[in-house]
Amino acid sequence: MPERMALTGNEAVAHAMRQINPDTMAAYPITPQTAMMQKFADFAADGLIDTDIVLVESEHSAMSATVGAAAAGARSMTATAACGLALMWEILYIASSYRLPIVMPVVNRALSGPINIQGDHSDTMGTRDAGWIHLFSENAQEAYENTLQAIRIAEHPDVLTPAMVTLDGFIISHGVETVTIYDDAKAKKFVGEYNPRYTLLDANHPMTLGALDFSDFYFEHKVSQLDGMMASPQVVLDVGKEFKETFGGEECYEFFEAYKMDDAEYAVVVLGSTAGAARMVVDDLRGRGVKAGMIKIRMFRPFPYQEIAKLISPLKGCTILDRSIAYGGDGGPVHIEIRSALYGYNSVPMLTNYIYGLGGKPIEPEHIMSAMNELQEAVKTGTPKRRIGFLNLKEDYVPAV
Amino acid sequence: MKKYFDAKYKELPLAGLIEEAGNAEKYETGTWGTFRPVFHPELCIQCLFCWVYCPDSAILVENGEVVGIDYYHCKGCEICSMECPTKPEKAITMEKK
Repeated sequence: MPERMALTGNEAVAHAMRQINPDTMAAYPITPQTAMMQKFADFAADGLIDTDIVLVESEHSAMSATVGAAAAGARSMTATAACGLALMWEILYIASSYRLPIVMPVVNRALSGPINIQGDHSDTMGTRDAGWIHLFSENAQEAYENTLQAIRIAEHPDVLTPAMVTLDGFIISHGVETVTIYDDAKAKKFVGEYNPRYTLLDANHPMTLGALDFSDFYFEHKVSQLDGMMASPQVVLDVGKEFKETFGGEECYEFFEAYKMDDAEYAVVVLGSTAGAARMVVDDLRGRGVKAGMIKIRMFRPFPYQEIAKLISPLKGCTILDRSIAYGGDGGPVHIEIRSALYGYNSVPMLTNYIYGLGGKPIEPEHIMSAMNELQEAVKTGTPKRRIGFLNLKEDYVPAV
Repeated sequence: MKKYFDAKYKELPLAGLIEEAGNAEKYETGTWGTFRPVFHPELCIQCLFCWVYCPDSAILVENGEVVGIDYYHCKGCEICSMECPTKPEKAITMEKK
């Protein structure tokens, strides 16, 4: 039977990992992920799982051990945050190029410096071209469900691509919510047995992985890696559909959630936990007669270009909220993707971009409301007040009217 | 190996895997060098120094005697010629390809 529990996001994901019961788990503690691994280690100590937990001396080693175990044919997981993810950098590319379906929850946290342990998306956004699937979660329930689904997505024979499941540091990872943990047997059945595509431990069929690959075939191998990534959107939809049918959940199981978008003229695009506040703002605007909607992106990699562009193209205006800065780029990463996706469409809306919430800076409905008000003003005048704004930044804060 | 070199990217093994053990032998490295060694059997004293030092096992030996060079694998590193002790003429000399 599914069980309703009061859990933090970290604990909810730990329950997903308990139900997955991976063969190996190599991890190093880093705030705000530590409590997740602590809970998982509890499950192991209590004899609920038989995962081989490998304690390592750094995240570089954590990802290396995970890659090694996965190449040996084990279902391998790890988890990290922020600077830990940064230290894994080199090995992230090795995991994806070796087509190892590793699933890694990442608790989004700001990167140093100045040193900060709170939530923003700078860490995973830095890895957006590392060849990993990125699934964002709005709350603990989604983080739990995304983790279960990510295993199926990553391990699909057409995909064989590692996946990150992200949850906003502290807001989701440490906030306690009521979470439905689905029936263990049902969850285990959904996750299924892992049949690795290859194993280096097969002495009867010895093979080499990671051989030198020069100009004759490196390019070809990298393009074949792209095929795996681009096979994933269909699998994300299929697995999401199966998940909903199996468990009857009510979260987002597609590329994004389109909230009140059917007749919308203005929209706000968000990732992660900010969707809750954005939904309130949309409801508030609807109450005032403004046809507002929200798009909450769940799958950031691969980015659903066509689907997003089709949804946004007919709007009058769209504001894109980014919880990280693409330094020297055109605002934030989500904005860059969407602006690019819209090229070639005859009808394009006014686009504005706001950076917010770096290092855990609060984002409240009034901040999103100010962005939506500026957007409507920009549509009226035909010129945005500013191309890239900053919400809740001292000196530049424009109160909602 | 001709077939492998002509393979389109979709036909390649996943993830750059080398699924067949010991297939380095089929990989032609003989095209790499600018110079190649030439064996002069009439000067050779069969000391086998070249066979010992060759990093690519490209010195062909039959019945304990050097008989020639494996040009499919020889990278032209020149070590065999450098190590050849015969004087005044070396039994292995280098010539431009």
